[in-house]
Amino acid sequence: MTSLEEVRQALDDAHRREWAIVLSATVRVAGDLDLGEECAQDAYVRALEVWTRDGIPRNPAAWLTTTARHLALDRHRRASVLRAKVPLLVESARSSPPADEVLMATEDIPDDRLRLVFTCCHPALAREAQVALTLRLVCGLTTAEIAHAFLVSEATMAARVTRAKKKITAARIPYREPAGHELAERLDAVLTVLHLVLTTGHTAPTGASLSRGDLVDRALDLTRTLLELMPDEGELRALLAIGVFAEARAATRVAADGSFVPLEDQDRREWDRGLIDEGDRLVRAALRGGRPGRFALQAAIASLHTGAPTFAAIDWGEVVGLYDLLGRAWPTPVVALNRAIAVGFRDGFEVGLRELDRLDSEAPALVRYHYLPAARADLLRRLGRADEAAAAYRTAWGLVDNETERAFLRGRLDEVSPSCPGSGPARG
Amino acid sequence: MAQYLVLIYENENDYANADPKVYGEVMKAHDRFSEQWGDAIVGGNALKGSDTATTVRGDVVTDGVFVESKEVLGGYYLIEAADLDRALEIGKSCPARFGGVEVRPVMTY
Repeated sequence: MTSLEEVRQALDDAHRREWAIVLSATVRVAGDLDLGEECAQDAYVRALEVWTRDGIPRNPAAWLTTTARHLALDRHRRASVLRAKVPLLVESARSSPPADEVLMATEDIPDDRLRLVFTCCHPALAREAQVALTLRLVCGLTTAEIAHAFLVSEATMAARVTRAKKKITAARIPYREPAGHELAERLDAVLTVLHLVLTTGHTAPTGASLSRGDLVDRALDLTRTLLELMPDEGELRALLAIGVFAEARAATRVAADGSFVPLEDQDRREWDRGLIDEGDRLVRAALRGGRPGRFALQAAIASLHTGAPTFAAIDWGEVVGLYDLLGRAWPTPVVALNRAIAVGFRDGFEVGLRELDRLDSEAPALVRYHYLPAARADLLRRLGRADEAAAAYRTAWGLVDNETERAFLRGRLDEVSPSCPGSGPARG
Repeated sequence: MAQYLVLIYENENDYANADPKVYGEVMKAHDRFSEQWGDAIVGGNALKGSDTATTVRGDVVTDGVFVESKEVLGGYYLIEAADLDRALEIGKSCPARFGGVEVRPVMTY
């Protein structure tokens, strides 16, 4: 007998680390995402009983996978559903042995995690559905957890997941890894999903706390896993670097009282050196060979920020140069905004302001983006133009939903308009 | 194998304003498309202009297309494909110079 506590711990570990392995290999036999999920979950439930009685197996993931695949096969036999008729398309059926044979060889469980990831991030699915499916199926989060992370109701998130799964089956989105010529485009969707989870975790769009550490952890874990499976993908390596740099600074972004600390005021001695070194190694490797992609350039910019001994020592000329390259590789308003700020630090805040003003007219997409007025307010504050800064802070304050960021902007607003209390927006 | 309908949506005004030789180029592109995917194409047609469309809702008959939009349904192919990836590969090579295509799985009973 093994203690229930030990078994629970082993199961928790196996869920966190190996859920995607178990599910992805089971889906191949189940031929259906829902059935695969059900059988994988049943395997974990069964493990609790069996492992308590017989002890924890040497290879928990293999045990769980074999059990889940048996369950799936049983269900098919009972329903006498022919494998050829199952709805989800498992490609290269010819190269994979019949399910019964696979089950005999427990040592030889295929690693289907890439199939699972690429199916969840299929371009025929809406971005929000890709994110939801990836978190649910690959990371093993519950619908409730995903709903909480994106602050939608559980019913909304459940409907989103169901609709996406239905489309996969109805439109016959295949369960396979993309071929070489499709890989770049398909990987881009995966990278975008990972980056979205990472940034949502780093600065939550809404809610009380600045970040959501659980989302960051999941995104980093998954990025690391994918990099092991696709070690030649520089952009994946670069994305991991971006996450690692953010993680290195995470503890210093929030003060003891929960308030936001901007980059300039963060205690650089408190940054995690080990993570920064890892990030630097990843960036160097990602930049090697070929034209750097959008994530490699962003990672290189992050590395300049974290590498400077003080905020004043940041090489803004280098930063602007990298933003120029990034703007060419990935011309988006947000890149232009960040470039304008860097220009302000390189050439003077007046110049930066002019760049921001140009964005106002050229990038209507930014009209609801609070970082634009916040950036303008910051440059105006540095120039001592208090009234204009206050107006811009007020605009930014009205657009931001994260309460920690909101409180920070409110504090800045009070700072630049001390003479007329009560002229700002009401506290709330 | 499954069947998909490739619906071609294009801006008719762009055709009307284009050089007359454009029409010939598009016809040739469709010929090439049909040749390339011959085995996969079950059928297909070009439709007459949207100004010839009539909409019926219940008993009410009105002049015009069902949904007003800049790009209108101008033709379709019925194709056969193993999965959506293949169907999208075919859809991507379908000529739609002044618009794009929608790929929809056909219901099987």
